[in-house]
Amino acid sequence: MEFGPYLMLASLEGAVTAAVLALTAVGLSLVFGVMRVVNVAHGEFFMLGAVLAWWIATTMGGHPAAGFAAALIVAPILVGVIAAAADMTILKRVDYDPERTIVVTIGLLYIIQQLTLMTYGPEARPVEPPFNTRLALPWIEWGENGLGLYWPWGLSTTTYKLAVIGAAAVVLIGVWLLMTRTRIGLVMRATQLDREMAQAFGIPVERIYALVFGLGAALAALGAVLIVPIQQAHYLMGGDPLLLSFIVVIIGGLGSLPGTVVAAILIGMSDGIISVFFTPTLAKILATLLVALVLVFRPQGLFGARPA
Amino acid sequence: MLELQHIDTGYGSAQVLRELSLTVQSGEIHCLLGRNGAGKTTTMKAITGLMPLWAGRIVLDGAEIGALPAHERAKTGIGYIPQGRRLFTELTVAQNLEIGLMTRGASGAVRDRVLDLFPRLRERLHQRAQTLSGGEQQMLATARALCIEPKVLLLDEPTEGLQPSMIDAIRTVITRLRDAGTAILLVEQRIDAVLSVADRVTFIENGRGRETLAARDLHAQDTIIERYMGV
Ligand SMILES: Nc1ncnc2c1ncn2[C@@H]1O[C@H](COP(=O)(O)OP(=O)(O)O)[C@@H](O)[C@H]1O
Ligand SMILES: [Mg+2]
Repeated sequence: MEFGPYLMLASLEGAVTAAVLALTAVGLSLVFGVMRVVNVAHGEFFMLGAVLAWWIATTMGGHPAAGFAAALIVAPILVGVIAAAADMTILKRVDYDPERTIVVTIGLLYIIQQLTLMTYGPEARPVEPPFNTRLALPWIEWGENGLGLYWPWGLSTTTYKLAVIGAAAVVLIGVWLLMTRTRIGLVMRATQLDREMAQAFGIPVERIYALVFGLGAALAALGAVLIVPIQQAHYLMGGDPLLLSFIVVIIGGLGSLPGTVVAAILIGMSDGIISVFFTPTLAKILATLLVALVLVFRPQGLFGARPA
Repeated sequence: MLELQHIDTGYGSAQVLRELSLTVQSGEIHCLLGRNGAGKTTTMKAITGLMPLWAGRIVLDGAEIGALPAHERAKTGIGYIPQGRRLFTELTVAQNLEIGLMTRGASGAVRDRVLDLFPRLRERLHQRAQTLSGGEQQMLATARALCIEPKVLLLDEPTEGLQPSMIDAIRTVITRLRDAGTAILLVEQRIDAVLSVADRVTFIENGRGRETLAARDLHAQDTIIERYMGV
């Protein structure tokens, strides 16, 4: 394959990574933004989403599309409820103290991981995609009759991958509308801006925290359900999403949702492209280097507002 | 009517308020005076529930509210205008008011009435709170608290850093609320700003309530003022 079509293929793979990463990172960013705590167990909620998706799809049986549709709805809700319960029983106990929250969410990370190993096991298991038609893609070329289209061998994607990108975009727009256009979004932003004043104006901050923690985890789980037909569910799959989400949230500006999405596209696309042309390890090295540079030269993130 | 009965509170293990007692009648402007660090802001936070009570009772209209969490206490009709205003800076004027209106499920009529008191806010409904002038921010902080139709209004140094015209505007609103029957607890640094509006004055020293006097008796008592306020 020539360079052009090859780049297009790599970009499409990158776009799928970016879409799932954006969902996961927005979940982490939401939790950090509103609650000012770092959730180290975020990747495990991602993993839990994938494992539950497998379990739901397998239990349902029948047509793969039915099982997948059920997983798409039920898995994020279950994970959200589990996370909200963890918030109310554990994070609340440490009073959302930033350092102690890091420690307890590390504990949560191992508990979730080991429980999954004990029940689900060490295997990687696939979930069947609801639909998966191969789409050959055209490329532009100067031929004898001027500019023309042709279909290079190997340049293709699947309807499912395009659907993942579309679904992520829809959900992200939904989150944006929730935060900016609804009452509950207003209440969340007020809590983020001044927790004490929110309480003084009748906002049950602890309930909002549980909701936000659950919503953040549900977004990670949703990303995982979308990716599991492509990647398989495994009890250790939470590491990479956690690392990449941290990278994205730092580059995007802590707590800034639009910044997080832009950074997710940047990191996801370059991860996809560099992985295809070079190696996945180089992609991670470069992303980590970028974080270091951002932290040194622009600690508020590329898109975050300078603290007043 | 709001009554504090021998309340104790503090930060961590450092006690700030010691057996502080205070009564604010409906239709009264009660002024809390004391040096910097005496515990005036802490008293307000204890009333709103932002500080946990270590001991003592807080009674509002005959009901004990000291055990309620902060967000429940706001719903009993306590309007708080904190020191430094503490608006939701990135939200618009309208959104700040919306938060106030949600507290007790107030209607659009309340919003209209509040905006009638502060016409300048009506012209700036879609401006972010951050971009308002100092005086406008104080108006918004006041308006936000009035959106909960408070029985008790707590004002913590509302005129700090404001121009005289703004101070007058705030004072006019406060006296109007008093005349309408609201119980008002006011903290001010400048005595001259207080004496013309206050009905009663309580001095606070090292977290303890000292004398409570009628404001009109205070004019003659320079020694008391010197004792609790002098540096
Ligand atoms: N967040 C805090 N943590 C610890 N101590 C505090 C805090 N805020 C105030 N204090 C202490 O509590 C005392 C009373 O403070 P405050 O109520 O703010 O005084 P005032 O409003 O009368 O100036 C002071 O000694 C102050 O140092
Ligand atoms: Mg003070």
